[in-house]
Amino acid sequence: MHEPIHGITAGQIRAAHVSSGVGASVKHDSAVKHVSGEALYTDDLPEPRDLLHIYIAQSTQAHAKIIKLDLDAVKAFPGVVAVIQARDVPGKNDFGAVIEGDPIFADGLVEYVGQSLFAVAAEHIDIARKAAALAQIDYEPLPALITVRDALAANSYVLPTKTFRRGEPEAYLAKAEQRLQGEIEIGGQDHFYLESNIALALPGEDGDLKIFSSTQHPTEIQHCCARVLGVPDHAINVEVRRMGGGFGGKESQPALFASIAALVTHHTGRPSKLRLDRDDDMTITGKRHDYLIRYDVGFDGQGRIQAIAFEAASRCGMSADLSGSINDRTMFHLDNAYYLENVSIVSHRCKTHTVSNTAFRGFGGPQGMVAIERVIDEIAYQVGKDPLDVRKINYYGPADDPAGRNVTPYYMTVTDNILPEITAELEMKADYAARRAQIKQFNRENTYLKKGLALTPVKFGISFTATHLNQAGALMHIYSDGSIHLNHGGTEMGQGLFTKVAQIVAEEFQVDIERIKITATTTDKVPNTSPTAASSGCDLNGQAARNAALILKGRLTEFAAEHYSVDAATVRFTAEGVTVGDQLIAFNVLIQKAYFARISLSTTGFYSTPKIHFNAESGKGHPFFYFAYGAAVSEVTVDTLTGEYKVDRVDIVHDCGASINPAIDTGQVEGGFIQGMGWLTTEELVYDARGVLRTHAPSTYKIPACGDRPRIMNIHLRCDPNREESVYRSKAVGEPPLMLGISVFNALNDAVASLADYRHHPQIDAPATPERVLMACEKLRELECKPEQALIHA
Amino acid sequence: MNTLRFLLGQELIELESVKPTLTVLNYLREEKKRIGTKEGCAEGDCGACTVVIAEVVDDRLHYRAVNACIVFLATLDGKQLLTVEDLKTARNELHPVQQSMVDSHASQCGFCTPGFVMSGFAEYQNRLHRLDELPEPQSDEVVTTHLTQVFAGNLCRCTGYGPIIEAGKTWLAQAEQSMPRKLIQALNEEEANTIAQLKAIQPQTSKTLTQAGQTYIQPDSIPALTDALAKLPGATLLAGGTDIGLWVTKQHKTLDTVIYLGGIEALKRIEIRDGQLEIGAAVTYSEALPALIRHFPRLEEYLYRHSSTQIRNAGTVVGNIANGSPIGDMPPVLIALNAEITLTRQGGQRHLPLEDYFIAYGKQDRQPTEFIECVRIPLLKSDAVLMNVYKISKRFEQDISSVSAAFYIELDEQQQVREARLCFGGMAATPKRATRCEQALLNQPWNKATVYAAAERLGDDFTPLSDFRASREYRLAVAVNLLKKFFIQQQSPTQATQISYTGGLIHA
Repeated sequence: MHEPIHGITAGQIRAAHVSSGVGASVKHDSAVKHVSGEALYTDDLPEPRDLLHIYIAQSTQAHAKIIKLDLDAVKAFPGVVAVIQARDVPGKNDFGAVIEGDPIFADGLVEYVGQSLFAVAAEHIDIARKAAALAQIDYEPLPALITVRDALAANSYVLPTKTFRRGEPEAYLAKAEQRLQGEIEIGGQDHFYLESNIALALPGEDGDLKIFSSTQHPTEIQHCCARVLGVPDHAINVEVRRMGGGFGGKESQPALFASIAALVTHHTGRPSKLRLDRDDDMTITGKRHDYLIRYDVGFDGQGRIQAIAFEAASRCGMSADLSGSINDRTMFHLDNAYYLENVSIVSHRCKTHTVSNTAFRGFGGPQGMVAIERVIDEIAYQVGKDPLDVRKINYYGPADDPAGRNVTPYYMTVTDNILPEITAELEMKADYAARRAQIKQFNRENTYLKKGLALTPVKFGISFTATHLNQAGALMHIYSDGSIHLNHGGTEMGQGLFTKVAQIVAEEFQVDIERIKITATTTDKVPNTSPTAASSGCDLNGQAARNAALILKGRLTEFAAEHYSVDAATVRFTAEGVTVGDQLIAFNVLIQKAYFARISLSTTGFYSTPKIHFNAESGKGHPFFYFAYGAAVSEVTVDTLTGEYKVDRVDIVHDCGASINPAIDTGQVEGGFIQGMGWLTTEELVYDARGVLRTHAPSTYKIPACGDRPRIMNIHLRCDPNREESVYRSKAVGEPPLMLGISVFNALNDAVASLADYRHHPQIDAPATPERVLMACEKLRELECKPEQALIHA
Repeated sequence: MNTLRFLLGQELIELESVKPTLTVLNYLREEKKRIGTKEGCAEGDCGACTVVIAEVVDDRLHYRAVNACIVFLATLDGKQLLTVEDLKTARNELHPVQQSMVDSHASQCGFCTPGFVMSGFAEYQNRLHRLDELPEPQSDEVVTTHLTQVFAGNLCRCTGYGPIIEAGKTWLAQAEQSMPRKLIQALNEEEANTIAQLKAIQPQTSKTLTQAGQTYIQPDSIPALTDALAKLPGATLLAGGTDIGLWVTKQHKTLDTVIYLGGIEALKRIEIRDGQLEIGAAVTYSEALPALIRHFPRLEEYLYRHSSTQIRNAGTVVGNIANGSPIGDMPPVLIALNAEITLTRQGGQRHLPLEDYFIAYGKQDRQPTEFIECVRIPLLKSDAVLMNVYKISKRFEQDISSVSAAFYIELDEQQQVREARLCFGGMAATPKRATRCEQALLNQPWNKATVYAAAERLGDDFTPLSDFRASREYRLAVAVNLLKKFFIQQQSPTQATQISYTGGLIHA
C-alpha cells in the first residue's frame, strides 16, 4: 500500500529543506512558557503531601573549632521534624566533586563564614529558620586567611603550584630591549542566576530517591547523593527540566543541597525541599576565583613580546572543588591570542578561609586574558603605539607560519587562527581608526569627560581539559505515530541547548521541530553524563543525538529499501516526506510500517570528542579540539570628577562556526558580553576582615541593569564552518563571548590614561568601580604634576 | 467590616483573617499556587516577582508594577492584583507584551521573564489610556531611555537586555499606533467591569485584621490613625513597605502591630500651599514625581536614578524620611531645599525643619505616638538661586548611593553668597549639612577661589565610613569634586560634564 503525499512524487521533490532545522533562528523551545509563567522550575513543581522544608544553619566564623554544638532547643521547637548534622550522614560526609574536602556538614571544624553546620527540616521554612537560631554553638577561633595575599604569605594552598615553561624566559627578559613589571588584582564574580539553588527529594520504595535539582550536572548529584547515603547509584534518579540560569554556579555546588534534601528524606521518609534564599545562596556557594597576577615582560621597540613571566595566584577558598581545572585553564589562556616565545607561567592555588570558589563561565580563562590584555596595553603605552598595533604584531601566526609563531605555551599548534581576519573585519565595521582619532580629539577638547576605546580579541579553547569528560549520550524513541522523544545528557539553563539539539534531530529526519518532544534531563535515561559546562553542551550532546538519529535513519532506510524493494541509496529524508525510489512516503506512515515490521524505533547515541590529549605532568598536549574566536571594540565615556562612566558603543565580531541557531548564538554573545562587562565594572565582591561577604544580595551586589547596556551594540556572527568536524561544523558559544567584555575594562583604562596623554597606564584593578576609576584619575593627575586647579579653566 | 477584599484577576478574594506581614509573593506561590511569579531576591531589587496592582483613579484603572516580595497582602484592600497568569486572553492568545518578547528572543533561562512581562504590561496598559492624548512620535533614543526606566527594576542575567528592549519598542508602538480599536473597546469593557467591582469593594471604614497575635490596622482618617497610635505607641507605621518589607523578608522580624497609612485619603495630597510643595505621607514617588520635576527640574535625572519603577510605585517620599536612613536619597535634597515636616499626634501637631529630625544614627525626633503627616518644600525663588543634586553609586540605575549631594546657593546682587545649604548623604550617620564648607562660602564672591577653598573644608565637616559601597577616601574625594562640578556647571555650561542620558523623557 503506497501512500504518496498530496499526489507529489519523489521526482518532483527539490530537496526542500525543513524550516526548523540546522541554521534556522528557531525560537527557544520554552519561549511561550517563559513569557506566560508556565515554564516549571524546580520550586514550581506541584508540592507533594507532607513536604518538609529545609534550612541550613551556617558558620559565623571563618576558621574555628566547634567546641559545642547543642541542638536540643532546635529539635524541641514546635514544627521541627528533623535536625541533621555530620553524625547523621550514613555514607561519606563530603560533596567534593573531584577531590574530597567539602563537608556536607562541618565536623568539628569550620573553614568559612556560611559553611553548613546542620540542617533543620520543618513544616514551614519560617519554622526551620527560627528553630535553627536556637542552636547553642561555641567556637574556638583559629587564625583565618582571607585574601590571596594572606594565603601567599602563609604558603597556604589547596593544590600544588603548577608551571608551564618554554624557551628561556629569564635570559630573554634580562636582555630584552624594553621591560616592564606589574601586577593586577582581578575580582571574583557571583553567578547571580535568578533562580537560587534548590533541590526536591521524593522517597520511593526500597529507600530509592528521586531528586529534582537545579543542576548543570545531574550525574554528579546522583553520585554524590548515593555516596552520602551509602547506596548504589542506581538507587538515585535525578531530574532537571530547566534551570533559571547556571553560568557554572550549578556545576558542583548543587550537590550540597541535593545531598541534604536526600538525607532529610532518607531519615524522615518524607519528601523534602531545600530552596536557598538569595542571601544564603550568595553566602554558601562558590564564585568566580579572584586573582592576583604578576607579570614581567620583555619586548622590542615595536612592542613585540620577547619573553614573559606570569605568576598567577587565585583564591580557591577552603577546598579544591574544581579549582585544579580552573587554574589550569587560566594557564591555558594567559597567552590569549598571542605567541609567547619565551614564557613561564606559574599558577598558585591558594587556600583561604572563604567559600570554595568554583566554575563560572570561562572557568579561569577570563582572568588569564585580562592579565595579558593589561600587559599588551602597558607595552603599547611604553612604546608609544596604539594598543591594537601591538596586539596585531603579537597575534599567533597562521597554521603554516614559517617562524613557528603558532605554538602555545602548552605546545599545542594553533591551526585554525582566524583572528587576523576577524580583527580586520571588526576594525572596518567599527571604523576603529577614525574613531580613535575622534576620541583623541574629544579628549583634547574636554576637560572633565574623557573617552576611551579598546579592541580586545578572544581565543578560547573548546573541550573539557579533563579529557574523560568529553563524552555524551542521547536516547531517542520514535513512537508509532511518528512523534519523536528526544533525551540527552545536556541540561537547559537558558542557553537554548534543547532547542539546538532538537534542530539537529529535525535536520537529520527533515521533520518539523514540533514533531520532537524535548524532555527533561534524567539520570535514568542517559547515564554517566558530563556536566553541561565548558561550552560543550551542543558539541557533545548535539553530536550524540545526531548519532542516535543516524542509527534510526539507518534502520528505517534499510527497512524501506527492503519493504519497497528499492536500492537503499534512493531512500532520502526530505521536508515533504521520505523518498523511497520514486515514491514519497509520509514520515509517520513509514514509522507505522516499520513498527508493524517489528523494527526497533528506539536507540541510544554516543559521542566522544576526537583528537584531544594532554599530559598534566609535562604540561604538553592538545587539550582542545578547536578554538573559538572573537573580538570586540568598546567605547566608553568617563566622568573624571566622579569616576562614573558609560559604555557608549560596542562592536563585536564573533566566530560561531556554522551557527546552528543564529538567534540563540547572538543571544549568547550579547548576554555573555554584558556579563563579562559586569564582572569587570560594577560587580564587586567585598569580604570584610572577618571573612564575611558583605555584598550578598542585589541591593549590595550590582550586576548590569538594563540601562548599562551600551546604546549602540552591533553584533556580527561570523559563521565560517569550523575547520574541525564538530556537529554541523558549528562552534561552541557559551563561554567565549564573556571575555569580549574585557574590551570595556581596557577602554576604561584607556580613557583614564588620556589624563596623562597615554604616557602612564592607570593600572586600574578589576572591577573598575567608579571608586577605582576616580582614584586612578586622581593618581594620573598627580603624576602629570598638574595641580587639579590647572584643569579647571573657569 | 474587618475583611480584606481584593480582586485576584477577576476573582473576588475575601479574607477574614490574614497575617499582617504575609507578602503578596508568598500568598501567590504558597496559597494560590500561582507559580508564574518568581522569587529572585525577596528584597525588591531584582523584579522577578513583579506583579501589577490596578486601582481606580478618576474613573479609570491605573496600573502599577510592584515587587510582590515586599508588598504585604493586606495592603491590597479594594485593589486588583494581576499576575502573569492573567495576561493571556480567553482564547489563549498571548498579550502583545508577551508576544513581542517571544518574537524578539527576549528570554533565555526565563526566570526573570514574568517580571519583565508584568513591568511591560503595566506600562502598556497605562499607555493605552493615553491614546486619546495621542503622543508625539519619539526618537529611538528617547524610547530606549524610557524603556530602560520601565525595566530598571528588572534584572536579567542571561540576555544582556537587548532583545527585551527591542521587544519593548514593538509593544510600545503597538500600544500607541496599531492597536485595533475593537480590541481597546473589548479591553475597556473588561475594565469597566473591573472598575465596577473595585468600586463595590472600596473600604468604607477603618479596618483591623489579626492573625496569630499580629494586628494590622488600616485607619481611614488622620484622627483614626492618631487614636490608634495613642493606643499602640511604637506600632510599625507602614506606607510603601519598601523598607519595612525587608525587615520581614531579610531580618525575619515579627511585627506585632502594623498601621497602614495607605487607606487615608488626606495623606495622598500633593499641593502647593503658601509657596510650598506639600507632599502627604502616603504619596508614592511615582505620584510625587511630576510635581517634583515641575517645580524642581534639576531633580529629574536624580529621581529617575532613584530606585526603580516598582520601588517608586510603592515607596513614599515621607517614608524615605521617616525611616531615618543615612543613605536615603531624598533627605539631602529636601534639607538643602529647607523643607520641613509636620509631626502629628492625637490632639496636636508640630512642625520641624527636616534637618532637625535626624538626631543620630537610628535616632530621630519622633515620639512613639507621632507620625509624619507631610513634608513641605519651599518653592525656588525665581532669581539668583543655584541648585543641583548628585547621586554617586556603583551602578548607574537602581543602586543605593555611596554619596548623594544637594547644593542650594542664593546669591545677592553683587554675586556674593547670601545663603548656602549643602547637604550630603552617605557622608555621616545621618543626612548632614556641610556647615564648615557653607561658612566658607557665605558672604564670599561666587567664584572659583571661593568654591575650591570651601570644597576643601568638607574634610573638616565629614569623616565618612568605609564600607562595601565605597571607601572613606573615595567618599570625601567625590564630595569635594561634586561641589567643584556644581561650580563648573554653573560657570561653564558648555563644558560637557554629564555622562547620563537626560532630556526628552516621555513621562507625564
